[in-house]
Amino acid sequence: MMRVVSWGVFLLGCLYFLLPLVGMGEFSLRMRRGEYSFDAYAVVFGDPRFWETFGYSLALAGATIVMGVVLVVPTAYWVRLRLPQARPFVEFVTLLPLVIPAIVIVFGYIRLYNTSSFLPLTGSALGTDFLLTMGYATLALPYMYRSVDTGLRTIDVGTLTEAAQSLGAGWVTILARIILPNVMVAVLSGAFLTLAIVLGEFTMAALLNRPAFGPYMQLLGANRAYEPPALAVIAFAVTMGVHGADAGL
Amino acid sequence: MADDRPATGTRLRLPLEWLGILPFAVFALLFLILPTMKIVIGAFQAQDGSFTFQNMIDLNTASIRNAYWTSIKLSFITAALGCAVGFGMAAAVVFGGLPKGVRSPLLTFSGVASNFAGVPLAFAFIATLGPVGLITVWLRTEFGINLRAYGFNLLSFWGLVITYLFFQIPLMILIIIPALDGLKREWREAAAVLGATGVQYWRMVALPILFPSLLGTFALLFANAFGAVATAFALTGPQLNIVPIKLFAQIRGDVLGNPNLGYALAFGMIVITAAANTLYIWLRVRSERWLK
Repeated sequence: MMRVVSWGVFLLGCLYFLLPLVGMGEFSLRMRRGEYSFDAYAVVFGDPRFWETFGYSLALAGATIVMGVVLVVPTAYWVRLRLPQARPFVEFVTLLPLVIPAIVIVFGYIRLYNTSSFLPLTGSALGTDFLLTMGYATLALPYMYRSVDTGLRTIDVGTLTEAAQSLGAGWVTILARIILPNVMVAVLSGAFLTLAIVLGEFTMAALLNRPAFGPYMQLLGANRAYEPPALAVIAFAVTMGVHGADAGL
Repeated sequence: MADDRPATGTRLRLPLEWLGILPFAVFALLFLILPTMKIVIGAFQAQDGSFTFQNMIDLNTASIRNAYWTSIKLSFITAALGCAVGFGMAAAVVFGGLPKGVRSPLLTFSGVASNFAGVPLAFAFIATLGPVGLITVWLRTEFGINLRAYGFNLLSFWGLVITYLFFQIPLMILIIIPALDGLKREWREAAAVLGATGVQYWRMVALPILFPSLLGTFALLFANAFGAVATAFALTGPQLNIVPIKLFAQIRGDVLGNPNLGYALAFGMIVITAAANTLYIWLRVRSERWLK
């Protein structure tokens, strides 16, 4: 009896998750009248805007990951090694992006860094790209920090540091050649999550008016019929790929 | 003299130690704390910069009240359904006697699905339950059931509920499976030895232990739905009256006609998501006392 109920609940749940996936797959093949075809995919992949926006988001994801690593690894290392009393403060700050919605953070950026402010970042394309990268680094901060901090817990930070120092290494050498390689798996795990977040992100990019992949998808969805589900299939495949890479670590 | 030296030493070194987290502190200040403060302060300022509660009072108009109410209802219902269905599926896998092989694919899929939110998720549901979607057409041609005639419309409140569940349920599964694993077999056996029935065990042992996890996850799902913009925007466009969409329109074009009222709208969002998340974090600390 118990087992029948379990199977029932489980299969109904699976049905709910499978139907939209089947739906988007089927719809994306319907472009040619009367038969299934990959025409919608051909149109999507043939659209230069697809490659431009995807490339833009990919580049931004790269910059975000670099920024995240440079910011999080030294901080988490230092807190563990010398500044345990700063842990509550640092952890509180890293949790803030989960508490404050992304749309509110970017609202603050737009008002704080507009053209008449002390730091007019939104005045130029490059400045806005920088601001968007910082925004993405903020969104990724909780995941990156937790991942790196968990990685640091598994190594003996104090002993490694002393060993490196007694051989004459400076702080940069210690961080880049001792600590970073030792937490590489954790860093990569955080990097993959960052990649997944940045590639599909819509709100920040749209409000900062940058040509990212999320706003491109939204615009296509408002104007076309068959390309959006094809894009959804591609996005799902990318999400799965990123997760697969993460699980393979 | 010798006793004094370490004291001076620490006093001199202390600020230098804190320099190590200076880059992080500057980043947090510039891109997290100052922007948020700007919104919070702006919410209590009049157009000329003087302090006022007028913006809070002005939030109490029919349109804004409606937006908050719809958002709260949407977040509450998707969080409750997400918790219930997610718990059901997790319990079926952990205790229900399903083969061990389904557990790991379910966890993997949940990880992917909980991240598959936003614009593409909206496309998937339009292709399935939209006016010419797979299920809509199938029901009409095979069974003569016209969903629209029954009042169902994907681009509506209940359409959003069905769509949001696609990332709410997996999030619940991801959080609750470890909690269910933490229920020790000995507790069930001890209860059985003392003559408890299955129902009594659940009501008096398992649920009280799980309660902080359940309520905490509910709060997390609530905040998750409340702050979501992209899925709703891609599904219904700018017309659905929920807070994130309203704020989006306000940032784009000052539809409220008062920038400070926009700050107040955003401030209201912070208050609600902060309350939900604080509840979540506090309850998670409590639940870790028993589980693991």
